[in-house]
Amino acid sequence: MNPEIILHLILWPPLLGFILNGIIGSKFPKWLVTFMACLMPLISFVGTMLAYVNLKDKKTAIELYTWFVGEGAAKVNFGFFIDNLTLVMLFVVTGVGTLIHVYSSGYMADDKGYPRFMAYMNLFMFSMLMLVLGSNLVVLFAGWEGVGLCSFLLIGFWYENLEYNKAAAKAFVMNRIGDLAFLIAIFMTIYATGAIEFEDVKDTIISGVNLNEPIMVVIAILFFIGACGKSAQIPLFTWLPDAMAGPTPVSALIHAATMVTAGIYLVTRMSFLYDVTPIAQTVVAITGCLTAFVAASIALKQNDIKKILAYSTVSQLGYMAAALGVGAYITAIFHLMTHAFFKALLFLGAGSVIHGLHGEQDIRNMGGLKSKMKWTYMTMLIGTLAIIGCPPFAGFFSKDEILAVVYSKNFVFFIVLAISSVFTAWYMLRMFFSTFHGTYRGSEETHAHIHESPWNMRSVLVILAGLSIVGGFAGLPEITGQAHLLEKFLKHAIFQKAFHVSHLFEYVLWAVTVVTLVILFVLTYKRYAGVDRKYTDANENYLAKLLANKYYLDEIYDFLIVKPLKRTGSWLMHTFEFGVVDKIVSIPTAIVQSGSFALRNLQNGKLSWYLLYSIIGLLIILLTFIII
Amino acid sequence: MNHIPEIIRTISLEQYLLLSAILFFIGLLGVLVRKNIIIVFMCIEIMLNAVNLMMVATSAYRGDSAGQIMVLFTMAVAAAEVSVGLAIIVMIYKNLKTTNIDLFSQMKG
Repeated sequence: MNPEIILHLILWPPLLGFILNGIIGSKFPKWLVTFMACLMPLISFVGTMLAYVNLKDKKTAIELYTWFVGEGAAKVNFGFFIDNLTLVMLFVVTGVGTLIHVYSSGYMADDKGYPRFMAYMNLFMFSMLMLVLGSNLVVLFAGWEGVGLCSFLLIGFWYENLEYNKAAAKAFVMNRIGDLAFLIAIFMTIYATGAIEFEDVKDTIISGVNLNEPIMVVIAILFFIGACGKSAQIPLFTWLPDAMAGPTPVSALIHAATMVTAGIYLVTRMSFLYDVTPIAQTVVAITGCLTAFVAASIALKQNDIKKILAYSTVSQLGYMAAALGVGAYITAIFHLMTHAFFKALLFLGAGSVIHGLHGEQDIRNMGGLKSKMKWTYMTMLIGTLAIIGCPPFAGFFSKDEILAVVYSKNFVFFIVLAISSVFTAWYMLRMFFSTFHGTYRGSEETHAHIHESPWNMRSVLVILAGLSIVGGFAGLPEITGQAHLLEKFLKHAIFQKAFHVSHLFEYVLWAVTVVTLVILFVLTYKRYAGVDRKYTDANENYLAKLLANKYYLDEIYDFLIVKPLKRTGSWLMHTFEFGVVDKIVSIPTAIVQSGSFALRNLQNGKLSWYLLYSIIGLLIILLTFIII
Repeated sequence: MNHIPEIIRTISLEQYLLLSAILFFIGLLGVLVRKNIIIVFMCIEIMLNAVNLMMVATSAYRGDSAGQIMVLFTMAVAAAEVSVGLAIIVMIYKNLKTTNIDLFSQMKG
């Protein structure tokens, strides 16, 4: 089958869906909006399967047309590229994306902006597909900006709420900082290698001719700063928890499963660059470890169900970055994939809980939902077990692999990540038990109306739960004697050095993981499952307060960056704008005004004055004649 | 110049012209500064007659009667003009109850 047809089949349907639903969606009946919005990602998914069948293990570049020609030889194609890495990303994006579209049709059904919501979701799919399919940095950047825009639109979807708009603006601005670095990195790449297509850049860098190492390091770090913005790494991660203002399917699709992985994808795509710049790699690894730890510790003390999941997303992205930092790109992509499954599941499960409780998000007001929402309970249980790394669920294998590869490189990083995963288990189990076990702690009125979600939401949860169970088997570790399917598949696209982890260590790691999880399970169950009254925050110590307030990071940023900027702006407005610019501008007006005041007296309507003027004029004329 | 009567020649043309100019400027000043429209009107008449005087004098000194005939016409037209002007003044006075020329400024467009 012609690769170009497959590409068109994957790329364009979501854009079509956006245009149709976005322009005339409000005139359509609801079923048609739903049908179109869900069909388009499904077509993309079918296209992805076709691509898998026809194009796997190959590198297919498709150049649609020349976008623009820069100075010198730099030519930018509107080109696309499919290799095995793209295929994995495509499966995640279109697969999880389609499921979330179906879920949204249930979750958002009663919202008055339903067609608009679906249109934005489709636009997001399109941008994300462009991002993963782009064959050069510029096309990737176009998709990159597109997902940023959609994220902004969807976080601020309920635009009547000022706080939500602020959250949207915060996400946009923080991403912009990363994007600037990314843009500079693109320019520097062109400058340093003269190439823009990934394959050309790769060839240039691998050949190593005329390579300036410091410039390479700067480029690699700048790309990673871009990735920090999108993938919510320290120091640019504070937007992600605030982004939970958007509807829950958005959090699942954009802020857990796909968009935030764009940075991980970028670094993986540019892995050849990081292989030659060990300094940049170290930066990536340290950032990843710190992010994983900081976000996991913050999540310990959050009470909003979506905030907990948001911080856990940040933390998991930190794991991926840490894996990237030690050069284990395939491992990072593996965790990206399993994370997409179980985090989408967890978010959608949380959405189902919120839906059932009519907007309640505080886990202190939940409890005892086990009997009321059986489907949600079971699927959330699977999701929780997957994220805390309980064998044999998906998260176990990917996290275990990350820990193993990190251990083989650096012991300190390993310890940090191991502690973070203990935190992960604690806050996830706390959230789970507080929500579903014990007795209901909310208001009586809501209690009577708790209901299980409709079938289209439930079925998505079940499918994702299935994926969360089997997803991990794509990457079985060496000691099981089975092949690491994903590594085999991705070997064609990514070069990854072999990691030597002793079998003994693997066994010990497994044993420790299982024992720790059992202990944590028992502890959290005792502490949170039996709570039948509201938590009190009275006996909290300083550390707990520090965590609950997110290390005061928002306040620090506010103090260091936002406030000085605002003060500068206000100074410029009051002193410079009003004092200098306005003064200069008002000089001509003053001249015209005073001049016209003077001339106004000429036209006073008094006959004798007019007569005087004409006589003066006459005299002037006569005198002129006389003088001449 | 010998046909000009002796009695006229006792006063030189310059003196006639000077008187005429003085009269004209008196009239002009009156038009400019006085507020009462009747006085303004009288001043206009003075200016008119200053010109008439000048024309008669020059006509006499040049021995050409065309100027004097012209003055007769002017006087006839001036008489007509006076009647029309006075009528207008009366109408304005009836409407505005004033002869102050500055208060007519409400007629401005």
